[in-house]
Amino acid sequence: MTERPVALPPSRPRGPDAGALGWLRANLFNSWGNTLLTVLILWGLAVILPPLVRWGFLDSVMSGDAAACRAADGACWAFIHEKLLFILFGTYPHDQLWRPGLVVLVFIVLLTVSCDRRLWRHWLAPLWLVGLGGMGVLMAGGVLGLPAVEDSLWGGLPLTLGLATVGLVVAFPISILLALGRRSTLPLVRGLSVAWIELIRGVPLISLLFMASVMLPLFLPTGVTIDKLLRAQVAFILFASAYLAEVIRGGLQAIPKGQGEAADALGLGYWQKMVAIILPQALSLVIPPLVNTFIGLFKDTSLVLVIGLFDLLRTAKSSLSDPFWHGFYREAYVFIGIIYFSFCFFFARYSRWLEANIKHSQKPL
Amino acid sequence: MRREWVAAAWTVLTLAMASGVAQAGTTFDAVKARGFVQCGTNVGLAGFSSPDSNGRWTGLDVDICRAVATALFGDAEKVKFIPLSTQQRFTALQSGEVDLLSRNTTWTLTRDTENGLHFAPATFYDGQGFMVAKKAGIKSALELDGASICVQTGTTTELNLSDYFRSHKMTFQSVVIEALSEVNHAFFSGRCDVLTSDTSQLASIRAADAPNPDDYVILPELISKEPLAPAVRHGDDQWFDLVRWVVFATLEAEERGITSKTVDAALTSPDPTVQRLLGVQPGVGHSLGIDDKWVYNVIKQVGNYGEIFQRNVGKESPLKLDRGVNALWTQGGLMYSPPFR
Repeated sequence: MTERPVALPPSRPRGPDAGALGWLRANLFNSWGNTLLTVLILWGLAVILPPLVRWGFLDSVMSGDAAACRAADGACWAFIHEKLLFILFGTYPHDQLWRPGLVVLVFIVLLTVSCDRRLWRHWLAPLWLVGLGGMGVLMAGGVLGLPAVEDSLWGGLPLTLGLATVGLVVAFPISILLALGRRSTLPLVRGLSVAWIELIRGVPLISLLFMASVMLPLFLPTGVTIDKLLRAQVAFILFASAYLAEVIRGGLQAIPKGQGEAADALGLGYWQKMVAIILPQALSLVIPPLVNTFIGLFKDTSLVLVIGLFDLLRTAKSSLSDPFWHGFYREAYVFIGIIYFSFCFFFARYSRWLEANIKHSQKPL
Repeated sequence: MRREWVAAAWTVLTLAMASGVAQAGTTFDAVKARGFVQCGTNVGLAGFSSPDSNGRWTGLDVDICRAVATALFGDAEKVKFIPLSTQQRFTALQSGEVDLLSRNTTWTLTRDTENGLHFAPATFYDGQGFMVAKKAGIKSALELDGASICVQTGTTTELNLSDYFRSHKMTFQSVVIEALSEVNHAFFSGRCDVLTSDTSQLASIRAADAPNPDDYVILPELISKEPLAPAVRHGDDQWFDLVRWVVFATLEAEERGITSKTVDAALTSPDPTVQRLLGVQPGVGHSLGIDDKWVYNVIKQVGNYGEIFQRNVGKESPLKLDRGVNALWTQGGLMYSPPFR
């Protein structure tokens, strides 16, 4: 009986890098520059965190009335508690609040479902269109026994999400056409696309909104008014399409010429070539800048407050004007900041994951 | 062929917009046919137009809208509020998006003429005023000689301030600060003796930012004129008359001592002026083209001017403004109604 020699698994030498102390030394104090930075950041946190925790948690007022809040030193979360429904849903009739609530819920479910690449089938786009239409009907009512609610009463989170989503969903196909148009060899198509993009990109969103809400009604005959929300939505779509078009054009330009030539050699027509060969590659290349633009546009919807639409920022600001709850600015802004951040952070993380996922499943060009 | 195309496109466009047609004829008839008043209000101004926690609009400007709706339809809820930003407000009125603008708008010559507006009587006389700490014991702005005054830079407020002090041969030390919130902070932390701004503004600053609102008083003097008045567009005098007399009715009722609580009892009053006012004796509604009981309805559902004022900006509200120049003429204020006959 001889024992067979067994190779020992290699063990990591316990050197100066092991353990928590080692980790600290390797990552935070590995050079005098990093040590200085670490110390500075720790000092900064020590200065900022304790008052923040005291304000936000320890000294805060969770429920009660405004008088209790004014007596306390900390944050007045009671204000958010009191104004929650107004900030989230604006002036929507109070007994019908389940409708915007359901809309937001369905929206989030739809968004989460669409994130899974395995579900990216042809029915996803119609599903979104049906979903958005359904949400619109649920908000507007007037059918199926739902009392009608005019869109001038819509507000808060559904309005912000609606403006952004409808805006991006409609603007995205337009922007693809614009990007293709700008690279077209037909002078008229190219000229119009360039004019559209440059004209709209050349002015701030706020001026488009003012044009739509202040100038446009003056050109219409007296008494004829176009819905305020619709005007803002159209202005937003125009704006979004111009920006997205340039991002997509960047992707189109990055595709090697050989791809198009190969498609031509196969005898594919223009649209077949674009839909089957060029666009899938171009769009997956520009995911980071696309998401960047999406996030920017999502936050840009808050500009509609200058034309009196009650988006999330406006409802927060208006709830501050209640004389009984006047002056809790920090709490209101922190609250809607958290909402905006959650959505944007979700987009950002998802785009990173998607990028990695697509790269993983794609053969290098 | 082409012309037919254009005509067809135009028809489609017009039909598409038809749902948005606000009024065909005059404002008065259009509002009556529609069944509710479209009222342009502020998107959020404490005491004048702000949503409560249930999303219901409250405030002095809002109550004026409700009063007009009550006069026309006998129902204070027959009104649709359209919150407007500062830039939008005149366009919205001119284009017919709203029938009535009740949005803390100062009545000025150019607005009355060039912007094509008619202003109803002022519902709130605002103006630049002064706020001081109560413990300083100051009762009048004329006692402010030598005071240090917090003021925002580059505003007409700053100009009015120096004009006022120069014309009264007083001196002052200005503490000029850029941002509004910092001006307030400077005042409440004691860096200056006096804070100056429009009085309605001072009242909401006091309600929101003062450590203890009761420690501060707003002095009675106003050194600038900001009469805030509801406005309608040119072109329909009947509508203008209605809005004007609704405001007057709230004043007249207060002068006669009729409140929302006593209005039912007042119906049996032997006083012929009260009988006429409340429509017990006919006449007061006919010439306006509305129900004779309209004043009764307005007072019953919305209240007289005193009630509207106290509830929204006065003693019963967090703003705690004194009546000051907004008192009735019989009490030394500017609020005056022509006779109802």
